[in-house]
Amino acid sequence: MEQKNNSLLIYTIFYFLFLYIPVLFLPLFSFNDSNYMSFPLSGFTFRHYEDMWSKAPVFRALWVSIKVGVIASVVSTVIALMAAKAFTKYKFIGSRVSYAAVLLPFLIPEIILAVSLIVIWLSLGFKLGLVPVTIGHILFCTPFCMLILISRIEGFDSSLEEASRDLGENAWGTFWKVSFPLYLPGIIASLLLGFIISFDEFILAFFLSGSDPTLPMYMWNQLRFIKKLPHVLALGAIIIVATTFVVLLAYWLRNLGQAKNKDFKI
Amino acid sequence: MWGYVNKLYARSDNVKAYTLLTPALIFFFCVMLTPMLLTIAFSFFTQINMNEIDYSFTTDRYVEFFNKPLLTSLLFKSVKISFIVTFVTLLTAYPAAYYIAFYVKKNKTLWLILMSLPFWTSYLLRIFSWKIILGTKGVVNSGLITLGLISEPLSFIMYSQTAVVITLSHAWAAFALLPLYVSLDKIDYSLIEASRDLGNSRLETFWRVTFPLSLPGVIGAILIIFIPTVGDYVTPQMVGGVDGRMLSYMIQSYFGKVNNIPMGAVSAVIMLAAVASITMIVSYVTTKLTQRVA
Repeated sequence: MEQKNNSLLIYTIFYFLFLYIPVLFLPLFSFNDSNYMSFPLSGFTFRHYEDMWSKAPVFRALWVSIKVGVIASVVSTVIALMAAKAFTKYKFIGSRVSYAAVLLPFLIPEIILAVSLIVIWLSLGFKLGLVPVTIGHILFCTPFCMLILISRIEGFDSSLEEASRDLGENAWGTFWKVSFPLYLPGIIASLLLGFIISFDEFILAFFLSGSDPTLPMYMWNQLRFIKKLPHVLALGAIIIVATTFVVLLAYWLRNLGQAKNKDFKI
Repeated sequence: MWGYVNKLYARSDNVKAYTLLTPALIFFFCVMLTPMLLTIAFSFFTQINMNEIDYSFTTDRYVEFFNKPLLTSLLFKSVKISFIVTFVTLLTAYPAAYYIAFYVKKNKTLWLILMSLPFWTSYLLRIFSWKIILGTKGVVNSGLITLGLISEPLSFIMYSQTAVVITLSHAWAAFALLPLYVSLDKIDYSLIEASRDLGNSRLETFWRVTFPLSLPGVIGAILIIFIPTVGDYVTPQMVGGVDGRMLSYMIQSYFGKVNNIPMGAVSAVIMLAAVASITMIVSYVTTKLTQRVA
């Protein structure tokens, strides 16, 4: 280990400020008593929050996003858990190709996923709406959920499961009585982070949702009108605070009961 | 009979693994592979009017794409902007990842969480905050005017390629920091000490030892940033203006108001082909480089 390097420390601090400060302007201006987001600040107010609270479409969009997010995160966590189990427990033919296939949606431009889903959905003669959005979100969340679950499963000694099998428990019983409780913090982390990804996702929703806007789409539609911006700021500030809280909770859960200083993964 | 099947099942890891992978692979085939193949198929069709498509095979749409200077220039610009973004993000994130890997001793986990946290906050809101900062009446301009440094708002910082590059470098920072940190953290520090003991300067040590050993992280970061940003839609739309417009804009309008699905499919396929070929070149070159180092 190196001892000290002050210039590098100062650079790193500035880099973190660069990462964090832009996002903090949203909460700052959401309390500013003006319709424009500019300096000098003109006083403290809650009126943008009251304005947001009185708008019914905000809550409609919020409900849509919650529905889509819950379904997407539950389904992707189930798919991802099974896949994570396969990749961590077995050595099998084609494992590298299958691994790449599961991770691929995360690696190609999202707009291409969205476009392909539109093409197949319309060719099948279906109407755009929340169903294709949810399907798209499951596709998009699964790789993240799998990476989270793999890092959790790898942290455990598989001899516990072997012991359970040796003592006469069948595969199903072993899963529910031994593996599942051990994986549970990881599973909850995967559910929470999957939900956040779906909740924040914009491109797939924008292309596939038709007339039912999700919350990011609602915000996108408001951003075009300068007069409607302040209440979006208030909404954005709430979303940032809530998201940060959920993500920290997920991190805490994922590392629960695991040795410290392990390799850090997304 | 069933006993035999059960025995076979219990013995074969292949069968068990693929049973567990069934949902994931079905999803991959139905929701990703088939739709993409269908999109490729549509790129060979023709849109006759709003609702009708001629399904006879033609490569005319590809000819049309390359004959339209607007489309080729947007494609070129998408790739160029993504290249710059990738380079800027890596260059700015590297020292920070280096610091955390080699100098931070206490509370490493806290630093790592701080590094990845911005990635989880809404993408749309992160881009939006840059609109607040760079806008004509934004933080930078109004701040500078309040301080009396300028009298007219600076117009070049908003609605330009520069704005797109700044915004994307901020939005994708976590994707550079994490892979870089992981590969730097794996480096055996005694190798660096050995290099120093053998008389290499700090800079020489970095170029000959540390940087080559961190290449896996560099490659990972390049791919994970370059590929998605080529197709980014939100950032160019929100802060790019006409100057910062990218190919995604045309894809969206072909599927939206223009309603020319085959032409949109052609643009998407060409974008994917460009991304895939560049990715292959990058991985080929870097594997060669890594082999030479090892």
